[in-house]
Amino acid sequence: MTAQILSAILTVIIGVGGCVAYFWGANKLLDLVFPSRGVKGSAAVDNLRRQGMIRPWLFVGPALLIVTIYLIYPVIDTIRLSFMDRTGQNVVGLANYSWAVGDREFRNSIFNNLLWLIVVPAACTFLGLIIAVLTDKIWWGNIAKSLVFMPLAISFVGASVIWKFVYEYRAEGQTQIGILNAIVQYFGGAPQVWISMPFWNNFFLMVILIWIQTGFAMVILSSALRGIPEETIEAAVIDGANPFQIFWKIMVPQIWGTIAVVWTTITILVLKVFDIVLTMTNGQWNSQVLANLMFDWMFRGGGDFGRGATIAVIIMLAVVPIMIWNIRQANREGGGGH
Amino acid sequence: MSNPRGKSFLGRFGVHIAVLIFVTIWTIPTLGILVSSLRDKDQLVVSGWWTALSTSSDTQAGRTDAADKQVEKDGKFLIMGNLFGAGDARTVTAFGTRAQQPTQYEAGTAADLGEGVTLQVNDDGSYVLSSPKAFEGSRGQRVYFSASSPPRFTTDNYKSVLFSEGIGRSFINSLTVTIPSTVIPILIAAFAAYALAWMRFPGRALLIAVIIGLLVVPLQMSLIPLLKLYNGVGLFFGVPAKTYLGIWLAHTGFGLPFAIYLLRAYIAGLPREIMESARIDGASDFEIFVKIVLPLSFPVLASFAIFQFLWVWNDLLVAMVFLRADADQLVLTAKLNNLLGSRGGDWEILTTSAFVTIIVPLIVFFSLQRYFVRGLLAGSVKGG
Repeated sequence: MTAQILSAILTVIIGVGGCVAYFWGANKLLDLVFPSRGVKGSAAVDNLRRQGMIRPWLFVGPALLIVTIYLIYPVIDTIRLSFMDRTGQNVVGLANYSWAVGDREFRNSIFNNLLWLIVVPAACTFLGLIIAVLTDKIWWGNIAKSLVFMPLAISFVGASVIWKFVYEYRAEGQTQIGILNAIVQYFGGAPQVWISMPFWNNFFLMVILIWIQTGFAMVILSSALRGIPEETIEAAVIDGANPFQIFWKIMVPQIWGTIAVVWTTITILVLKVFDIVLTMTNGQWNSQVLANLMFDWMFRGGGDFGRGATIAVIIMLAVVPIMIWNIRQANREGGGGH
Repeated sequence: MSNPRGKSFLGRFGVHIAVLIFVTIWTIPTLGILVSSLRDKDQLVVSGWWTALSTSSDTQAGRTDAADKQVEKDGKFLIMGNLFGAGDARTVTAFGTRAQQPTQYEAGTAADLGEGVTLQVNDDGSYVLSSPKAFEGSRGQRVYFSASSPPRFTTDNYKSVLFSEGIGRSFINSLTVTIPSTVIPILIAAFAAYALAWMRFPGRALLIAVIIGLLVVPLQMSLIPLLKLYNGVGLFFGVPAKTYLGIWLAHTGFGLPFAIYLLRAYIAGLPREIMESARIDGASDFEIFVKIVLPLSFPVLASFAIFQFLWVWNDLLVAMVFLRADADQLVLTAKLNNLLGSRGGDWEILTTSAFVTIIVPLIVFFSLQRYFVRGLLAGSVKGG
């Protein structure tokens, strides 16, 4: 164990030292090979030009290399693997895709993912917006914000344990130790096994993600609300608008752009969510989602890489429109830089 | 924020109440596991954590000692003893001898069991069973009683999960994974971000577009090829496929697009005049980066470091794919996931383990919230 800690510290030192050595050394080497100082006239200009061509690549080189190995190559290879069999050796054409279309569990996952995609971003954005507006008006708003924001720091697994305890079930008549069933029983209802109720259990799992992500939406929207010029709101007040009209007709339209960003960010997160389903139900009781199904097939029966890759590609397809929108948005804002 | 909207007292009161409700809903679940992790494990299973501060009572069954312990005194046969073990802090409020009426008699009174037999149970659990005839048989008298126990808080749960459930070891493993994975990407990303923000070269716009595209690529797209790659490398060089080095590099790779994106946006916003005057003074790009850009970028580097730390610490997926599932490499999230399977109903273990898992991110979060929020705003409001 001590050896392990030492090796971690050593890695930090070697990693950072190696980076420093590389950037410094590569830079120095470039200056030595194409010197721009102490050389006369056109040679210096030529060398300066060559330096200018090479140096940026020295700077982006390591990042480019790592990103290529860990993201670009895998994306391409996953697409290729989705047309291969379980070992990834033989081409099977579209067999994996036609399997997916006919598979009950896959179709259930698609259905559940659609539910998640409809409910979670909308709920997070809506709740986040309301809390942002309300907390702006009171003196202890920042404390309230911190507390709503806090779950964002908690892991999905940790959050799952927290909520599993909230949903804990004891048979009717026994003392409930899960707070939800205790409340239900207090009001005379019958305790339920919340996470094994088909269809509805999806919503009990979504609550966890909404609980985590509302803080994110709140913080971003709160800062956007602060950017609204006071005059527009004051003008509306003078014109006799009530608080609801101010909210819906003055505030919301002015922060549309931010709402869209929050919405898409949470949408992407929803598509990737896997930990919550794995820890709460592992896809039982019709609660499967694509990301967990993909993980499942990666290892099921020794691993079916073809089917796993196919599911990953389908998740990717859902992300592509947002990706294109983001890139265009960034270009429009002068993503080209200086 | 000044409030120009003329609000009634009622309206403002309503806002306080509404916020209070939201805050309550958002904190109650976490409070639940914190309180539970500190409770005595026997109390935890019989009463809700929200009653932790009140005295809990439950009905239990016990048995007096058997006939072999009887003593004769003043012509009566007595069996004396205590329903509780030594050092038990519970008190008996009522008792009975039949399951149908477990609290028939008040503590301290003598119950008439017929044929002159009486049973008295006192509130400290001591009892006297008395009879004019000698007791027979090998089993004592069944006693039902309602015992109330004062709230008990303990750190025993923490001792047991940290040292015997393996959470302590997993804590070290999590640190081992997280620290290098947080530190290594920073410098790599900073250099790339500087080049993408302030250096001119063909292909720059394309690289920026690729980085922004990669921001949203689901991790799932990377897992299978990398698993194959790692297995291949392991086989080829005869080394284990699942190593800490492997996961450090994986987290570095997965974190880089966001790091470059965040840092580039910030570095591109630094004042142009500083760069140009430094350049006129003869500073090279390398010098400008090290002496001007890096120190000025401290806030955004801190933001990224917090993000990456939280993301790596909280990650389950990458850890499950790239690390082994044995004690040497099991990180906290994976360990907690395992406990959910193996210790499903042992809430004292689960709540305590969960709290150990989330305490580090919470400390980081609350102490460095400023940087966290700044990074969040920079990372999402502008386009991505």
